[in-house]
Amino acid sequence: MILDGKCPTGPIETSWDRHRFESKLVNPSNKRKYKVLCVGTGLAGGAAAASLGELGYQVEAFCYQDSARRAHSIAAQGGINAAKNYPNDGDSVYRLFYDTIKGGDFRAREADVWRLAQVSNNIIDQCVAQGVPFARDYAGYLDNRSFGGAQVSRTFYARGQTGQQLLLGAYSALSRQVKAGTVKLFERREMLDLVVVDGVAKGITCRNMVNGEIESYWGDAVILATGGYVNVFYLSTNAMGCSVTAAWKAARKGAYMANPCYTQIHPTCIPQSGEHQSKLTLMSESLRNDGRCWVPKKAEDCEKPAADIAETDRDYYLERKYPSFGNLAPRDIASRAAKEQCDDERGVGPGKRGVYLDFADSINRLGADTIAGRYGNLFEMYEKITDEDGYKQPMRIYPAPHYSMGGLWVDYNCMSNVPGLFVLGEANFSVHGANRLGASALMQGLADGYFVIPYTIAGYLATVKPGEVKDDHKAFKQSADEVKADIDKLLSINGTKTPSEFHRELGKIMWENVGMARSEESLNEALKLIPALRDEFWKNVKVVGTNEQFNQELENACRLADFFEFAEILTKDALNREESCGGHFRTEHQTDDGEAMRNDEDFCYVAAWEFKGAGVEPELHKEPLKFDNVKLAVRSYK
Amino acid sequence: MKLTLHVWRQNGPTDKGKLETIDAPNVSPDQSFLEMLDDVNQALAIEGKDVVAFDHDCREGICGMCSQVINGVPHGGQERTTVCQLHMRKFKDGDEIFIEPWKARAFPVIKDLVVDRNGLEKIMQAGGYTSCHTGGVADGNALPIGNPVAEYSMDAAECIGCGACVASCPNSSAMLFTGAKVAQLAVLPQGKVEAQRRVMAMTEAAKEFGFGNCSNHYECQASCPKGVDVKFIAKLNREYMKALVS
Repeated sequence: MILDGKCPTGPIETSWDRHRFESKLVNPSNKRKYKVLCVGTGLAGGAAAASLGELGYQVEAFCYQDSARRAHSIAAQGGINAAKNYPNDGDSVYRLFYDTIKGGDFRAREADVWRLAQVSNNIIDQCVAQGVPFARDYAGYLDNRSFGGAQVSRTFYARGQTGQQLLLGAYSALSRQVKAGTVKLFERREMLDLVVVDGVAKGITCRNMVNGEIESYWGDAVILATGGYVNVFYLSTNAMGCSVTAAWKAARKGAYMANPCYTQIHPTCIPQSGEHQSKLTLMSESLRNDGRCWVPKKAEDCEKPAADIAETDRDYYLERKYPSFGNLAPRDIASRAAKEQCDDERGVGPGKRGVYLDFADSINRLGADTIAGRYGNLFEMYEKITDEDGYKQPMRIYPAPHYSMGGLWVDYNCMSNVPGLFVLGEANFSVHGANRLGASALMQGLADGYFVIPYTIAGYLATVKPGEVKDDHKAFKQSADEVKADIDKLLSINGTKTPSEFHRELGKIMWENVGMARSEESLNEALKLIPALRDEFWKNVKVVGTNEQFNQELENACRLADFFEFAEILTKDALNREESCGGHFRTEHQTDDGEAMRNDEDFCYVAAWEFKGAGVEPELHKEPLKFDNVKLAVRSYK
Repeated sequence: MKLTLHVWRQNGPTDKGKLETIDAPNVSPDQSFLEMLDDVNQALAIEGKDVVAFDHDCREGICGMCSQVINGVPHGGQERTTVCQLHMRKFKDGDEIFIEPWKARAFPVIKDLVVDRNGLEKIMQAGGYTSCHTGGVADGNALPIGNPVAEYSMDAAECIGCGACVASCPNSSAMLFTGAKVAQLAVLPQGKVEAQRRVMAMTEAAKEFGFGNCSNHYECQASCPKGVDVKFIAKLNREYMKALVS
C-alpha cells in the first residue's frame, strides 16, 4: 500500500499556518467532554498533557516512573535548537529546516521539518516564561553555543542539564494542571496494550507496578509519547526502563512501525569497562566544541599514555577527513569515523575500543576555569565513572546506541494509521530522517507537545462523539484478559535464565550484526539468531515473584518479550534498505573512501511495516518522499 | 572484592521489615553500586528467591529515581553523587555494607528499598510553577536577566527531586527541596509575579503531607547529590516572611 502523509501542498513557508486555519476546532465548552490519554511524561508527553489540560480537555497522563519529572528527556545535556538568530550569524527558519533535512540525509518529510523549524522559536519563549534558567550573558540576554551539523550557533542551554531544565518546565506546567484538576496523573503504570474498537484507538490497558493490578482506561484519543527503542541493543545511553513496549503494543494492534533501522549511535560516550556494565553513559557532544578527537597514528603507540605520544604521531582524524566541520561533524559520521579508527587497530583504552577527546589545546587557550564553566559537570561525571581526570589527560570516548529516529508511522497530524492514536516525540518517526542532529530531540519533543498536538488533535476529536466507547465495552475486558494471560505465561515458565541474561544476549546479537555497520550477511545472521533466542526465552526464562507485588523481574520480562518481536522487524528493515543513509550504514553501499552511499532512485521512501505476528513475514507499506524545496544532494561535511 | 551486605527487606507497606544478610562474593571495583546489586539480584533470581527491589532508571545521576541509605548516609556519602554514580572502588574488600530505604514518615516503603515519594509531587502541584499558558508569551529576550541572577536561579534548579534531603533530616523536612524551587522562581522576573502565593501554597502542602521544619542541621546539603545549598532554605524563610507581612 502507498501511504499518504497528508502533508499540506503549496508554498512550504505558509504550510503550517494554512493547515492550522483549515483544521477543525473543538468549541471551548465542548472540550471538557473529551477525554485524552497521554502515555509518557517526557518533553513530548508532559508538554502535550499540560497544554491539552490548559485548553480544557480531560487528560489522564501515565508514566512508569514514580514521578512525571523523571522521564528520560531529563538526561539530555547539551541543548535545544531554535532559529532565533540572536547571535546575528545568519540563522533563519529556512536554514534550520535545511540543516535538519540535510542532517537527516534526506529521509524526512519536508512539511514536518518546516513546521518544527517554524515553532522552534516559540519553544524558547515558552520555556523562558516558565522560568527555565537558560544560560545568559552579562547583558542578560540568552546565550547560544554551536553543535554538530550546523555552522551557526543556535543551541540554547542550561549548563549541562538542558533536558532536565526543560523537562522540569513541562513538569511544572503539568503539575499546575493536576492542581487545576484538568489532568489526572497515574505514576508507576506500564501500558501493556492499546484498546482498539472497530479499528479506532479507544483506550489502554496498564499494569499498576505497585500491586500488579491490570487496569483499563478509556479515552476519545490516545497519545503515545513513550520514547525510543535503542535498549534493544541492551547497552545504550537510555534509562534502564526505556523500552519499545508501548509502541510495540500499538504495532501489534495494527499501527505501522516506520524506518526502525534508523538508529543513532552517539559518538561521545564513555567506553564500556567490562561485562558487568548495565548501561553506557553519554557525555554531551557539545564537548566536541572544545575537545579534539584523535588516535595514535601508529598501532604500536596505543598502549602508551597519551602524554607520551608526540603531536606529530597523533591523527586528528575528524579534522583530517572533514576540514570544514572538523570535530563538529554530525553524529553518524563522527561515530563511524571512531569505529573505523578502532577497526584499524588504533583504538585506545581497555579492549582498544576508544578514541581520545582531548581538551589540552582549549585549556591552554581559554584556561581550565572556562572549560570547567562550560562542561564542569561532564568532567566530574567522567571522573566518577572512569577514575580519570579529563583536565589532565584526554578523555576516552566510544560510540553507543543513543536515539531512534524510526518509530511509529504518523501523518502530518502526528496521527498513526490507527485513527485516534497519536504519537509524539522520539516514539514517532517523523522529522529526523535517517539521522538526528544534536539538540534537535528536545526541540521535537516540545514542538510536538506544546505547539503541534493542541492543533491537530482538535481536527480529529471534532469528528468523534465524546465518550462513545467507555471501559465497559467488551474490548477492554478482552485486552485485560490477554495481558493477564501473557503475564501468567511468563511467570509459569520457571526456566533457568533470567530476563537480564536474555536481554544481554539479544543486545549482543543486535550490536554485532545490526549495529553501526550492517551487511546482508550480518543481517541474515541476526534473522537466524533472534527467533531462536526468542523461542528459548519463551521456554526457558525464569521470572521470580508474583504479579501481585512490586516485581521488577516481571517488568523486565514483559519489556524484553516485546524487544524480541521488534528486533526482527528492525533487522528486516535494515535488510530491505539497500543503501546507506544517516545512521543506517550498509557496508555494501559505500564510496571508495568509506562514505555512505544513498540510493535515491530506489529508497527515497518511508518504510512502514505492518506486523502480522511473531515469525510471520511483516508487510511493507511505502510512503514516497518528495523534495520540492531542498535539492537532493550528496551530504558532504568536508 | 568480597562484600557482606545487610539489606532492608520489607514486603509491602504493612510488613514490619528486617535486615537480611546477603553475600556479594565477586565485586569489581569498576562496577557502580547498582551494578553490584544487579549481580546480587541475578544470583537470587537463579536460586528462585525474591530479588531486592530498588528504584533506579537513568543510572547517570540525573533522574533522581535511585534512593538508598548506605551505611547510614543517603546516597552513600560521596560528595555530590547519587547511588547510581557511586562506584565500588570506594569500598574495600571484606567491607560490610548496610543498605536501607529512605526513612521518613512522608515516604512509606513500597517494597524493600523502594519508597513512595508522592509528597514531593504534592508540594510541586501546590505552586512550583509560573502560571503561564502555552503560547502567547513574550520573546525570550524581552526580559533581560542578569547573568548572576540566572546563575543563582540555575544553582537552585539543579535539584533532581530524589528526596535525600528529607531522608537525611532528623525532622524529615522538605525545606531544601521546597526552598530550591521557591528560590529558582522568586529571583526571576517571570516568577516574581506570584512569588508570595507560591511560597505560602508550597509551605502549606509540605506541612500537610507530613514533612517537618528545618532546625539547621544542614544534613540535607551534605547528602544532596547536586550540592544544593542551604542558603535556599534561608531564601525560603525570607520569602515566607515577606509573604506573611505583606
